[in-house]
Amino acid sequence: MTQPLLTVDNLKLHFPVKSGLLRRTALYNRAVDGVTLHVKRGETLGLVGESGCGKTSLGRCIARLYKPTSGQIHFDGQDISHLTHKAMLPIRQDIQMIFQDPMESLNARHTIGDILEEPLIIHRAGEYAVRQQRVRALLDIVGLPMRSISRYPFEFSGGQRQRIGIARAIALNPRLIICDEPVSALDVSIQSQILNLLIELQKEYGLSYLFIAHDLAVVKHVSDRIAIMYLGKIIEEGPSQLIYSQARHPYTQSLINAIPVPDPHHKRQREIIVGDVPSPIHPPGGCSFHPRCPRQFTPCLAKQPAQVTLSEQHKVSCHLSASHDAS
Amino acid sequence: MPNLLEIHDLVTEFDTDEGVVRAVDQVSFEVKPGATLGLVGESGCGKSVTALSVMQLLPNPAGRIVSGNIFFQGLDLTHLSIAEMENLRGNEIGMVFQEPMTALNPVQTIGRQLTEVLHLHTDQSDASALQAAVEILEKVGIPSPEIRLSEYPHQLSGGMRQRVLIAIALICSPSLLIADEPTTALDVTIQAQILDLIENLQKQLGMAVLMITHDLGVIAETCQDVVVMYAGKVVEKGSVFDIFDHPKHPYTQGLLRSIPRLDSPAKSKLEVIDGMVPGLLDLPSGCRFQNRCPLKTAQCEYTSPAMELVNSNHQVSCLNWKNP
Ligand SMILES: Nc1ncnc2c1ncn2[C@@H]1O[C@H](COP(=O)(O)OP(=O)(O)OP(=O)(O)O)[C@@H](O)[C@H]1O
Ligand SMILES: Nc1ncnc2c1ncn2[C@@H]1O[C@H](COP(=O)(O)OP(=O)(O)OP(=O)(O)O)[C@@H](O)[C@H]1O
Ligand SMILES: [Mg+2]
Ligand SMILES: [Mg+2]
Repeated sequence: MTQPLLTVDNLKLHFPVKSGLLRRTALYNRAVDGVTLHVKRGETLGLVGESGCGKTSLGRCIARLYKPTSGQIHFDGQDISHLTHKAMLPIRQDIQMIFQDPMESLNARHTIGDILEEPLIIHRAGEYAVRQQRVRALLDIVGLPMRSISRYPFEFSGGQRQRIGIARAIALNPRLIICDEPVSALDVSIQSQILNLLIELQKEYGLSYLFIAHDLAVVKHVSDRIAIMYLGKIIEEGPSQLIYSQARHPYTQSLINAIPVPDPHHKRQREIIVGDVPSPIHPPGGCSFHPRCPRQFTPCLAKQPAQVTLSEQHKVSCHLSASHDAS
Repeated sequence: MPNLLEIHDLVTEFDTDEGVVRAVDQVSFEVKPGATLGLVGESGCGKSVTALSVMQLLPNPAGRIVSGNIFFQGLDLTHLSIAEMENLRGNEIGMVFQEPMTALNPVQTIGRQLTEVLHLHTDQSDASALQAAVEILEKVGIPSPEIRLSEYPHQLSGGMRQRVLIAIALICSPSLLIADEPTTALDVTIQAQILDLIENLQKQLGMAVLMITHDLGVIAETCQDVVVMYAGKVVEKGSVFDIFDHPKHPYTQGLLRSIPRLDSPAKSKLEVIDGMVPGLLDLPSGCRFQNRCPLKTAQCEYTSPAMELVNSNHQVSCLNWKNP
């Protein structure tokens, strides 16, 4: 059996929080707090979860844009969790990232042509004419006009900028792309074009994706498996079909109930999870979802639930399922 | 009831190295007090530029309103002085910008950016402004708001930045909220919370909303009326039921067909509108949708379609809408 392309073991990333008059680090923001996951070759793992639960931080750690506080990241068998910047360089072309906020990642003073050519230069992907050809092909793939080459990021709409980010991420034929909300700024037709493209690239080149998105219909469409993250931890994971039809964690269930339906006749009572949104700076004790959980019972306050294996691939961390197992 | 916002034949252009780009071309629509109007359309069709035109925040000197009028509470915004406009902005009209990182000041704390708006438009004390900032952050679902006040935008997650922008837009209880993709970075449960908050403010204060979003689920849930744009022009408008149940423009029809459904088979090919939108510098004569249109006839190549009435509220600009 071949090993997964990516494995992440008990990964933690804690940001120091400066507070008080002396601005000393007294607290930590436990953005990623013990994540274990894997992505196989040619597979898409969907990652969903509440805003602020640590998805981007986890993605950036895996792409080694952040240094993890602890834990391991193995890419293609190699431990990359503590590689230096220089040692990471050759691996970077294999792990690319599509950023959530495109403006943040595109150099405002460079033209689109320069932005797309830059990775090709850094990784010595051919001479000038070859690179130019590749840049044109990339623009075509993401549906931007050739004229874009000489224009600057601010001259584009939000969705156009997102497509520039996608073009840059696929420029070097990476093996793993961390897609952080890659289609959230796109209208549904272009969104479908991009998703079709990502799926095609996967079929053709065996690409793997860690696909972060909040649109659950999109995630379900592209993912083989889905992991649900809550407050720095994975609380449930399983094959996508199963997650939608047989979600076991109360948080996953409420996520699925909250999906808006594109039909004005369907007047849904918006279901809002009651209770305060927890903070990764002061995480609640016990199960971190217990203050908002409609089905909490005594054990939830006392200790963190261990992961329960429901079937070979379906795993959940919830006391409800644990007690089920015991009975 | 008089309209709160009325846009008449708005034309907005940009100077670029390659010529003048007309990003918004003869756009008209209106928003009633307390109501929600949805603005949808292909990426790059001019939705954000329309919003920025209303706010008078076009990049200077490249962008400008060439013609048309924008009436807000009867006042023509295109004729206001800079000071008068500053008075309305953030106060009577709140805006949630599409890309939070561009809209937030990277070197100012969240608290400073929230209280600044209050200081500009009210004479609250520092303490009460801070209190108001904490309260609004709580309302948009940001945990530990007191700690977040002293943080900078880069320390927040994407969705938190978006919620901070929503908080800034709402802190002065505006009569009109322009929300440009306000929930793109939010998971469905926080999104539901934000939509609820907006709806409550509409009920309590009669706030109207111009909702720009790609999420047709959000449109279906929140809007009474919908305007569909394509390549700088309005191609269809009507009630949310007209648009979802009886879309007349082939672009609108294609858009609705492209929505990924929860029951579609995994990794199957999603429906798309074939072809590409023409660049604004290479617009064809006649209808701008012709190169992708299943209803295209020879006439579409030279006649620009005018807006036609489907019913008293529903309008479409297509030469062939009657013979699909
Ligand atoms: N500063 C600028 N200079 C030149 N062209 C611009 C500028 N800003 C926007 N444009 C152009 O105007 C058009 C409309 O842009 P706008 O941002 O309004 O699109 P949008 O409908 O909001 O799209 P999206 O859904 O992708 O956000 C685009 O084609 C864009 O390239
Ligand atoms: N550079 C940073 N410095 C300090 N704290 C950070 C930094 N980046 C993220 N955080 C904190 O880490 C936590 C997780 O943020 P992250 O961006 O990973 O969330 P997310 O799941 O991607 O959320 P969203 O869906 O809103 O994008 C948040 O509390 C955030 O404030
Ligand atoms: Mg994020
Ligand atoms: Mg926009």
